[in-house]
Amino acid sequence: MHFSIQNIIFLLVALAGFGLFAWQASRIRANVLQGRDRDMSGHVQERLWKTLLVAFGQQKMFKRLTPAFLHLIVYVGFIVINIEVIEIMVDGLFGTHRFLQFAGPAYSALTGINEILGALVIVAVTAFWWRRNVNVVKRFTGPEMRAWPKMDGNIILYVEVVLMVALFLMNTADLKAHQLQNLTMPGAFPVSQFLTGLLPDSVPALHMLERVGWWAHIVGILLFLNYLPSSKHFHIILAFPNVFFSRLIPQGQFSNVESIMHEVKSMMDPSYPVPAPATNPDGSAVAPAPFGAKDVNDLAWTNLLNAYSCTECGRCTSVCPANITGKLLSPRKIIMDTRDRMEEKYNAPLIFSPALYGAAAKHDPQEQLDKENHTLLRGYVTPEELWACTTCNACVEACPVNINPLESIVEMRRFLVLEESAAPNALNAMFSNIENNGAPWAFSPSDRFNWADDLFVAEKGTVQA
Amino acid sequence: MAELTAKRPVSVPVMADLAARGESPEILFWVGCAGAFDDRYKRVTRAFVRILDHVGVNYAVLGMEESCTGDPAKRAGNEFLFQMQAMTNIATLNGYGIKKVVTACPHCFNTIKNEYPALGGEYEVMHHSSFLQQLINEGKVKAEGGESFKGRRITFHDSCYLGRANNIYEAPRAVLEVLDADLVEMKRCKTNGLCCGAGGAQMWKDAEPGNKEVNIERTEEALATLDGNAAVLDNLRGVQSNAPADPAPAKAAGGSVIAVACPFCMTMMADGVKNKEREQDVQVFDLAELIASAEGLNA
Repeated sequence: MHFSIQNIIFLLVALAGFGLFAWQASRIRANVLQGRDRDMSGHVQERLWKTLLVAFGQQKMFKRLTPAFLHLIVYVGFIVINIEVIEIMVDGLFGTHRFLQFAGPAYSALTGINEILGALVIVAVTAFWWRRNVNVVKRFTGPEMRAWPKMDGNIILYVEVVLMVALFLMNTADLKAHQLQNLTMPGAFPVSQFLTGLLPDSVPALHMLERVGWWAHIVGILLFLNYLPSSKHFHIILAFPNVFFSRLIPQGQFSNVESIMHEVKSMMDPSYPVPAPATNPDGSAVAPAPFGAKDVNDLAWTNLLNAYSCTECGRCTSVCPANITGKLLSPRKIIMDTRDRMEEKYNAPLIFSPALYGAAAKHDPQEQLDKENHTLLRGYVTPEELWACTTCNACVEACPVNINPLESIVEMRRFLVLEESAAPNALNAMFSNIENNGAPWAFSPSDRFNWADDLFVAEKGTVQA
Repeated sequence: MAELTAKRPVSVPVMADLAARGESPEILFWVGCAGAFDDRYKRVTRAFVRILDHVGVNYAVLGMEESCTGDPAKRAGNEFLFQMQAMTNIATLNGYGIKKVVTACPHCFNTIKNEYPALGGEYEVMHHSSFLQQLINEGKVKAEGGESFKGRRITFHDSCYLGRANNIYEAPRAVLEVLDADLVEMKRCKTNGLCCGAGGAQMWKDAEPGNKEVNIERTEEALATLDGNAAVLDNLRGVQSNAPADPAPAKAAGGSVIAVACPFCMTMMADGVKNKEREQDVQVFDLAELIASAEGLNA
């Protein structure tokens, strides 16, 4: 153990890195909690099981095999290589060198697997880059994927390659320094053993390079951690709680609006006990929340968590019948807009705020909205998008982390209809048909049973002469 | 001319009459607005009633007491109108002490099954595809003695409110199995099924500006699947195709069938087939129509 000034510096760097991330995370938590309350407690076992399958097990990724395997490599690499990060942390704090080496053969297995995964990660990330920039997969395109989202997607890939290169530099330099001094190197290095020729033959230089690799890897990880809140890559953390808190009820079941239920029940039965309205601590009545959602804080906190869990993969949009047939609606855009609006209205992330960079491209420059109407609805999402939805649940089914764009769409439709009476005319006609005729078409209720007139069934087995 | 098969009038039992006699049916058949008013879907209602009558199920309908479940209002965001409809219907159903509801409409099915309980309406709710599957499993329906579908191509179009909304994928397929037809699956089927374009209250409005109608996209896929037209299927997937451009459609006697289990899908797919000018060799049928026809119940 060589405790030195390096360890003090490391401690400070690590504290700064994790502290900054904790602060950023708390700001995002505050944004999510701006959403409406929604009780997602209970069913813990069922939720854990779902989290295990969908988040840890990546169940829904395997609907598309090529990206599923590529993603699996990076995901497993992320988890396994992080075991080595624990070693780096301990070495950094206590001046040890590869402290896990006491594990002997197990350490060789760990370092060996790490090296193979590290190489595979570089291959997978290269393939991802190819799919984003050369042989472009259609779902990575679209109006919402310009500017920052496009750049973000590539930054993540570059950083991952840099982190892997740093890891190989550290291992190769360490291995070669040992070899030159005829020392036994703990661990197994199935990739680095072929790279030693690339490095100089001087032991001091190798020691320096090993330190460069070591510091680049750990500082890179800490920087990347603090980049996450600005990035779609935040999904590596929030996918888990997002799946845990996703709905357990059938996808076809839309939420019940309890305030309306109390109103309708009391209309139909005057003796119905309407719950007393909520009051502020000073006894005054809480202003009633609007019906549906005009802005992000009118959505449930789970819908806001959805927005931070989205990695903009576009599976939702690629299966949306409206989007496929050229309509403006893109479920991914609804989710990305929700995040952008939260960051504009509440806490912005540290590095890049979409409000400062690029997101403006998504707004209609012709439409100068006054402050009151610069909300999620209209400021970001247009009624035209909302009315194109067939509520088919394809987007919900497609999302690998159980994001539900449909809930947000329906909440905004509710606001348009119930607060602004702003449904398309054809739908208003349908509403009045239901009110007047008990059917969405203009038929007389007295004709409802006409279908049964002159109805005959063949009498089987009775053959007449 | 002597008729080979006798026909018998069906008098559809109405709930109010049963209640007046102090009787209660085993199931309430919820007809739905399309089933009651839409000329095409009335034929499905009649086919299903023929099956119920033939099997001797103890059923009833609400007749003129039925009203829209509120589904289109709720999907369009009009929660107030939805709840007015729902609570009126729940009052009717609870008033008659209804325990079990069967319907041929996935939208009515989804709404009554999933959204009525929170408002005080708790029933066992079945879609007619599951009910028909049950009749087949019990041996009450054999799909014998009527029109033969043997060897004819049938593809089933999943409706969103049956499939993704409620995870019913196998029942309609099990019903079609009994026809001994050549069942073919579209690429986008089951959980990946493509909407017909009518859900979410789209049935009652024009589509937003785009480059294609959803029902045309879906009909093209259904027709290409029935025809085995790889070129069209490749194009729908956005892939450059090397397949021959327009192979002659497989023509089985009686033509091919797009099977549906939803009134809105019926309208959209039938419109699509008409648009593609394929009515002469491709027909759109509901499961109940296929079974009633195969069982020889039409009269």
